[in-house]
Amino acid sequence: MNSFGRPLTRNEDPRLLRGEALFVDDVELPGLLHVAFFRSPHAHAHLLSLDVSAARARAGVVAVITAADLGDYWQPGPLLVPPPPVPGMIFNQRCQVPLVRDTARHVGEPVAMVVAESRYIAEDAVAEILAEWETLPAVGDLEAALAPGAALVHADLGTNVAAEVHQARGDYAAAARAAHLVLKRRFTYDRGASIPMETRGVVAQWDPRADRLTVWDTTQAPVVIRNGLAGMLGLSERQVRVVAPNIGGGFGPKMMMFYPEEVLIPWAAMRLCRPVKWIEDRLEHFFATTHERSQIHDAEIALDAQGKILGVRDVFLHDTGAYDPYGLTVPLNSQCTLLGCYVVPAYDSRFTAVFTNRTLVTPYRGAGRQHGVFVMERLLDLAARELGLDRAEIRRRNFIPTDAFPFDQGVIYQDFSRLSYDSGNYEPILDKALAAIGYADFVQRVQPEARAAGRSLGLGLVCYVEGTGIGPYEGAKVQVQSSGKISLATGIGSQGQGHATAFAQVVAEQLGVDLRDVEVTTGDTDQFYWGVGTFASRGAVVAGSAAHEAAKVVRQKVLRTAAAHFECAEEDLVLADGKVHVAGVPDHAITLGRLAGLANPMRGAVTPGTEPGLEATSYFGPASGATASGVHAMIVEFDAGTLRPTILDYVVVHDCGTVINPLILAGQIHGGVAQGIGNAFFEQLAWDENGQLLNASLADYLIPTALDVPRMRLDHTVTPSPLNPLGVKGAGEAGAIPVGALFAQAIEDALDLPARGIEILEMPLGPSRLWEITQRG
Amino acid sequence: MKFTIRVNGVEHTREVEPRLLLSDFLRHEIGLTGTHVGCEHGVCGACTILWDGAPVRSCLAFAVQAEGHEIRTVEGLAPGPGQLNPLQQAFRDAHGLQCGYCTPGILMTMTAFLEENPKPDEAQVREALSGNLCRCTGYQHIVDAVLLASQA
Repeated sequence: MNSFGRPLTRNEDPRLLRGEALFVDDVELPGLLHVAFFRSPHAHAHLLSLDVSAARARAGVVAVITAADLGDYWQPGPLLVPPPPVPGMIFNQRCQVPLVRDTARHVGEPVAMVVAESRYIAEDAVAEILAEWETLPAVGDLEAALAPGAALVHADLGTNVAAEVHQARGDYAAAARAAHLVLKRRFTYDRGASIPMETRGVVAQWDPRADRLTVWDTTQAPVVIRNGLAGMLGLSERQVRVVAPNIGGGFGPKMMMFYPEEVLIPWAAMRLCRPVKWIEDRLEHFFATTHERSQIHDAEIALDAQGKILGVRDVFLHDTGAYDPYGLTVPLNSQCTLLGCYVVPAYDSRFTAVFTNRTLVTPYRGAGRQHGVFVMERLLDLAARELGLDRAEIRRRNFIPTDAFPFDQGVIYQDFSRLSYDSGNYEPILDKALAAIGYADFVQRVQPEARAAGRSLGLGLVCYVEGTGIGPYEGAKVQVQSSGKISLATGIGSQGQGHATAFAQVVAEQLGVDLRDVEVTTGDTDQFYWGVGTFASRGAVVAGSAAHEAAKVVRQKVLRTAAAHFECAEEDLVLADGKVHVAGVPDHAITLGRLAGLANPMRGAVTPGTEPGLEATSYFGPASGATASGVHAMIVEFDAGTLRPTILDYVVVHDCGTVINPLILAGQIHGGVAQGIGNAFFEQLAWDENGQLLNASLADYLIPTALDVPRMRLDHTVTPSPLNPLGVKGAGEAGAIPVGALFAQAIEDALDLPARGIEILEMPLGPSRLWEITQRG
Repeated sequence: MKFTIRVNGVEHTREVEPRLLLSDFLRHEIGLTGTHVGCEHGVCGACTILWDGAPVRSCLAFAVQAEGHEIRTVEGLAPGPGQLNPLQQAFRDAHGLQCGYCTPGILMTMTAFLEENPKPDEAQVREALSGNLCRCTGYQHIVDAVLLASQA
């Protein structure tokens, strides 16, 4: 009966497996209209004229909307995340617009919206739109963008600087002076795309009789979309229902708000009084859905002769794309996560976010954390080599000691609170990983034997932390139905994380019911009013804790109602198997369903203070995030001729506190590692000097297949978080974060690059790029 | 043009444009929305259906080309309402899906694969699976599910 902590199969699977689950593109409505967009073919250009007359005249076209047609509705999008309270910071806000009015700032920016009786007709009409452009130089290179005389993405700003943030503690200069060794390198980490298998989409329906708007949206944050749309459209929140049904993968970019299409489709549905659907195609997805990851770090580390870190200094550039509605979340994550599992007495970090004529950059699984981990882990690898230290040993010497938690890192994190690690115990994780991968045997026997046989085998071993479960809050409503089933509603959306199972386990634990009898609704603003969204590995921590609190209150109500029914004390009652009975008298039980009926009092049965129902709504908002940690270790072989890697073994040892469902957790880790492998070795968006994306198809932008992702072996340690009642920490992004650093180390090791004076200082790599690098020596 | 198509054993006669994709026909003309569309250029495999028993990308075929052929979609797998077939059950048991978007295409590809190769090893499963992209699972639990189904 007790389901919490067990590897149980998922509640949501049967409908998904039978093809019965609702995704946004499955919504069909009478009179549904379809949208296709005319988008900018240029990265940077003035729109001189726009002729949509032929498109408007085409049979089956209902409307063609341009920026001019939007009137006052044409407004730049809201700033989602304001800049953090870091003294002296600069932040220049430039948010995306619904349709290009005079200047296009990245390829694929929407210019006109065609609404037609079918998508086929809408696309025909898009091909008939004529635009005249004056092309401008495209800003792409981050350093060139900051040089005097550079073309400006936002001419009115007079600079391409989107933000500057400096955070420091301790005296880095003094640390460097006192150091036995100071190492300085430039690290680069280039762009990738999240590529959920379901692209984005929006369906909107205005019901004039009910005065209500319903929007089905592939968003990770339906409540925020509801609130924003209500404001933009002049409606009250109660008039807008946003449903994020089953979402085919999110990974961060579906957290971005508001995409132009999200603003335009509901407006069109209201204006035309007909339901309207837009589904992004894969080509659009490549330049209209947000990207992540272009940073250049100039970083240095100061160490004593024993390999203890004295300080780190880092100056980096961050590509924020054409607009910056998501604030500074990604570079702040890089800045904070660089500190990793280590004691860094002096830290001096400064970043400049730069506008470019490229697709917007917002968080994608890891959300900049991998950049920080890459820099720090690489610095430690280089330092270990200089000092003649083993790579595991240099990490072990610098771990934050177990008795030092909570550990204040003294910098402001993306949740605006001081970054403080709640709990952690890093050495056992490292020891487990070393044992699992067979570290000593690999170094002493396996690798030398392989080299003697002409094989290029290498090992990677890296550590990381992940700040998870940040606020502000989530809520949950738990209700006993008269059927005896339990309903649970929360405001966050689900994109495959198994919320309908994990949250059910949390509730089932308190209410003594079968996991299958808890019906979870996520992502429907009519079912739960308040909330923020699914991001930053926070669902289980924040919404899970709210569900736990609500279920506890309902448990009390169940027992109180049953005590009145049995005329006994609550302490004498047993709640199990969906029923309550007096201890020792199991044959005289009352079901939860009947108790729910009793809790809806009839005339004459109401006393002052009576509230109907066995239900409760609770909210949970942690003061700060819970910090998870882990170690990845990998043995990889490279083909000497093609430099294609074959991963022979992959071990993840992870600590995310208390585990609700080990099966779901394993899936999250596996998927993260797969995306990390893609990011490290397969995936790179390629641009030309005009800001054109050269590989905008799944035939050219390669994401890992079943032949590229190895079998992974997982192990866990459990250091509960003291910051929430369940002791859980988030796990959604952990798999992806350290893989770039892992590949870099393993590549150097496999190809014996240090002996040739070659260092891997960039991500991502692929066989071609690796070939170029290895020819340098 | 008017044409007749047989899907999961049921005949449908419709008047459609010749350019209508089979994937759009299945999803939007006859309401079989279990077949998903992920790329519309034949790479991701989400829209895979069985065409006379062989896996085919329904985004790369016109609906009218399917006249006279036997089409099978994910909705045709379960033995009855509310039930799962052994492959579907194995996917649930092994946690072989997360968001579930790629799953129908993978189930159809693996259905054909297991008919041809009822007792595969892991390498064969991975090879057969490599034409279907999944962004959530890292494939490991999918491979486990297919191997589990083959042992049933």
